[in-house]
Amino acid sequence: MNDPIKYVPKRDIRVDWQLIAEMVEPGSRVLDVGCDDGQLLAHLAETKEVEGRGLELSQQGVNICVANGLSVVQGNADTDLVYYPDDSFDYAILSKTLQTTHQPHVVLEQLLRIGRRAIVSFPNFAYWRCRAYLAIKGRMPMTNSLDIPWYETPNIHFCTLKDFTALCEKMDVKIEQSVIVKASGDVMTRSTYGSFANFFGADCIFMLSKKD
Amino acid sequence: MSINPPQSDNQTVILGKETPLELDCGVTLEAINMAYCTYGTLNADKSNAILICHALTGDQFAASRQPVTGKNGWWEIMIGPGKVLNTDKYFIVCSNVLGGCMGTTGPSDIDPNTGKPYGLNFPIITIADMVRAQALLQNYLGIESWFSVIGGSMGGMQTLQWASAYPDRVFSAIPIACAARHSAQNIAFHEVGRQAVMADPNWQSGEYYASDKKPTSGLAVARMAAHVTYLSEAALHRKFGRNLQDRENLTYGFDADFQVESYLRYQGINFVDRFDANSYLYITRAMDYFDLVEDNGGALANAFEGTKTRFCSVSFTSDWLFPTSENRDIVHALIAAAANVSFVEVETDKGHDAFLLDTPEMFKTIDGFLQSSAKSRGLIS
Repeated sequence: MNDPIKYVPKRDIRVDWQLIAEMVEPGSRVLDVGCDDGQLLAHLAETKEVEGRGLELSQQGVNICVANGLSVVQGNADTDLVYYPDDSFDYAILSKTLQTTHQPHVVLEQLLRIGRRAIVSFPNFAYWRCRAYLAIKGRMPMTNSLDIPWYETPNIHFCTLKDFTALCEKMDVKIEQSVIVKASGDVMTRSTYGSFANFFGADCIFMLSKKD
Repeated sequence: MSINPPQSDNQTVILGKETPLELDCGVTLEAINMAYCTYGTLNADKSNAILICHALTGDQFAASRQPVTGKNGWWEIMIGPGKVLNTDKYFIVCSNVLGGCMGTTGPSDIDPNTGKPYGLNFPIITIADMVRAQALLQNYLGIESWFSVIGGSMGGMQTLQWASAYPDRVFSAIPIACAARHSAQNIAFHEVGRQAVMADPNWQSGEYYASDKKPTSGLAVARMAAHVTYLSEAALHRKFGRNLQDRENLTYGFDADFQVESYLRYQGINFVDRFDANSYLYITRAMDYFDLVEDNGGALANAFEGTKTRFCSVSFTSDWLFPTSENRDIVHALIAAAANVSFVEVETDKGHDAFLLDTPEMFKTIDGFLQSSAKSRGLIS
């Protein structure tokens, strides 16, 4: 694993965004897939001077982005990534969007085709609170970060930390870096925590690349 | 609408004397008149100029009183001090298109070879020809590159043509509610309009200029048919429904019983006073011929290969003349060309005409895009 992430959580910016920003080289070209209202792109432009582009499904999100001067296109991660040329970005980022796509594995493939590296963050469904919620209450888990009831959630493809690493292996994708975040915002690494990471980790952030 | 629109600053220059205008059809125009209006002030390094490309029946009076109708400019909602196209910051140029009838050379002008109005002897012009003529105007004004080129509908086609043909002369481009190629359905609508004009006996094969009879009925019908395509079913229903016009009951005749009929007749009648029927034929033809895909070997992305121009594309949900799908095709091509592009689909029931109307989401989008472009151009810090 790489050097431990130097990171002090800030209150006003989503933890996974701060960690993603730590992974991004300054001045690089970044595509944020599912960029919502552009907060991550703005954060990356501000802190890493990236040349950012966004793809976002919701009209409201796109409108906010463009009105704020960000280069964002309205479109769908499942259908519109095919239009981007190979290796046209240094990083293709998917922050907490993977679980909303119809074909996560195809989206991952596309990210790695478009970007030299892909950075993916997602909520870990094997987080102990989720497990406890389901085990004890017998209901679909709702936590601080998963706060939408099952019938309204856009999250249609939940996965666990283990599921994700298994998919990476199946797709023959190289995991360059991985960061697991506890609900407290504290960071742990898979190497030190092993399978405990899949139990205590609320959110996961992976930097991936194609194997040579 | 402002009560006191800016004074019309209508000017006409003769262009192409040294470099004649070579048209796509093979004809060369030795010199052309180019009529244009400007608003705001050109800065010292001439980096704040925005070119507005007007639509089929528009003209150069984008933000000043139209001399024939006396009405306010067609895009006054966008242009002026503090507005999206801020005349305190930008120098706005809007020229009448080649083939038009408000001062730029078109079929109603005198053919130097015959001493009579061109009529149908005017050469067929294309969107690319219109843009070539505008490029001559850009040279004349000494502007190296437009800060932005913006336009809706046919203006959007010109904007795309500008960005494709002169990438170094366009810093940013805002094509609104348009397409990279005119669809079969749109060509069909245009053909209906042209046939309406040509079926009018007063059209006289286009040689009506010396006659006291003009093809006003045909042109009015063409306008009425076209106007329906600029609106939407929802907008027509909202505005008129099945409401009757100044009457309690149906008349069991062919008067304009319904408000929507009366409205369309009004649109038709008003149009003929300010527009030349032959210009209508020529300009609709130019739109029909527009095909940036075919021009680039079947791959639209080739039109924008290596472009440094920043793009912002806008479409409207209820636009069935240039639906979102066609605007999205442009965006996909720009993405494939690795261009810097933004795209917003604005939700509205106002149809294609939404780009001319009070559409706050469009204003915010273009305002944000222009602000960030101005920063990257060094116009604002």
